[in-house]
Amino acid sequence: MIELEQVGFDYGGGALFGDVSLSLPAGSFHFLTGPSGSGKTTFLKLCYGALNPTKGRILAFGDDVAAATRDDMATLRRRIGVVHQDCRFLDHLPVADNIALPLTVSGRDLAQEQQNLTDLLGWVGLSERADAYPAELSGGERQRAALARAVILSPDVIIADEPTGNIDWDMSQRLLRLLVDLNSMGKTVLIASHDMSLIRAAKSEVQARVLRISNKQVQLAGADL
Amino acid sequence: MRRFFGLLSGDARSDRVVPPSGTTSHLTLFVAAAMGFLAVFALALAMTADRVADRWSDAQSQSATLRISGDAEQREARTAAVLDILGETPGIASSRPLTAEEQAALLAPWLGDDLPLGDLPLPQLIEVIAERPGYDTDALQQRLNDEVPGAVLDDHSGWRAPIVDAARGLRRLGVISLLLITGTMAATVTLAARATLAANAQVIEVLRLVGAEDRFVAGAFVRRLTVRALVGSGAGMVLGVLAVLLLPPGGETQGFLTEIGFGGLGWLAPLAVPVVTAVVAFVATGVAARQKLAEFS
Ligand SMILES: Nc1ncnc2c1ncn2[C@@H]1O[C@H](COP(=O)(O)OP(=O)(O)O)[C@@H](O)[C@H]1O
Ligand SMILES: [Mg+2]
Repeated sequence: MIELEQVGFDYGGGALFGDVSLSLPAGSFHFLTGPSGSGKTTFLKLCYGALNPTKGRILAFGDDVAAATRDDMATLRRRIGVVHQDCRFLDHLPVADNIALPLTVSGRDLAQEQQNLTDLLGWVGLSERADAYPAELSGGERQRAALARAVILSPDVIIADEPTGNIDWDMSQRLLRLLVDLNSMGKTVLIASHDMSLIRAAKSEVQARVLRISNKQVQLAGADL
Repeated sequence: MRRFFGLLSGDARSDRVVPPSGTTSHLTLFVAAAMGFLAVFALALAMTADRVADRWSDAQSQSATLRISGDAEQREARTAAVLDILGETPGIASSRPLTAEEQAALLAPWLGDDLPLGDLPLPQLIEVIAERPGYDTDALQQRLNDEVPGAVLDDHSGWRAPIVDAARGLRRLGVISLLLITGTMAATVTLAARATLAANAQVIEVLRLVGAEDRFVAGAFVRRLTVRALVGSGAGMVLGVLAVLLLPPGGETQGFLTEIGFGGLGWLAPLAVPVVTAVVAFVATGVAARQKLAEFS
């Protein structure tokens, strides 16, 4: 699904990644871990094309992301659902409209997608909160709404950046289960998290692999969790 | 053109992705209305000047006047001679000596109507109506000089020319005003678009992040601002037309000032004001939006 070939990246203040080669096969479940500031968010942005590598190349669905036109990029973003660290809602629209935003921008007939939206709201447990505004949501509700928005177009790949960052343990478990659900439907999942206990909990539920950032490299961690 | 209407008719839901905005939108409405109002006046001025210039420069449709002086007997003989000459001159449709009453009527506004005109040695006037194409003024005057002393042809060009020049100058001013108004509108809408786009940078970013194409994002903003410019200038146009309608009518006096307005189908011309404004706003916001979008991945 996503392949990195000798990727290097540098914001301008020294290389963040040196020479990273790896691939995320279809249907895989990966965690990306590393200390704060190690480059987790940056790595995810490279994967979904928000940043271009300064060295090497990244293939998404077989195409070089750097060569994508702006419209190709829009298409790519519909195929990769992203849960951003800070969720990124439109604050003037209610939750249901925010979750439906990918449908709106891709010109889908919302009347036809109404059932899809209702199901999705139920799945993330936000049926009662559909008309609330993002500012009225709790941290966990925001993350679940963001996840619902990320998956509404039924993307092949789901990328989540610290989805359990500032929510309590029970809620993180719940969110994790949603992501495991998606993986069991065949979606490729990549989650950045520095929460090792969450990762350990997940390993009992899903065939998850852990990528660790260290020394400008991203490598599969051993079984020493 | 199809793109223009297609974009304008975008659905309400995709328009809501742009948050309702405050001051900028009211200012844009106001400027569009003011410009629409002014454009109607500039248009009225230009079109009136155009009519006046046309009317006065159309020499062939004007009558000329022949003046014959001399004492009563000479006048009579000369008038007969002149009428003969006029009858032979190609390009003249008709010629006719004015009656004493008609001549008196012409003088009445200046001298009053109780003057014993019969006692005054007034010249005899002959009205000459030209055909199309007309006659050779210089040749006719030359022949009159040779054959009928005291006969002077006046085709009014002496005082018509400055009127035509003035009317053409006014028409030019009207056109320049219209161009300036259009330019001002384009500049204002561009500024408003830039301000709106800058204020909504986060919205644009989120839209791009969830997979919106540039055309969708630009369309949402272009629609918002174009409709606003259209509504504003439409309102300004209506007020402008009302104001022109309410100008006091000139009645019998046929002067430029009392004539300002639109004639016949000319009343449809103000309808072009909101249309042109909308097209200008459409293009200006489109350009501004595309520039802004380049800042987002
Ligand atoms: N837009 C940016 N410009 C320059 N440096 C950045 C930018 N974003 C992040 N960085 C730097 O890159 C490093 C990695 O950041 P980030 O990918 O956010 O790490 P993490 O998500 O693991 O906390 C940090 O040192 C951060 O300061
Ligand atoms: Mg981060």
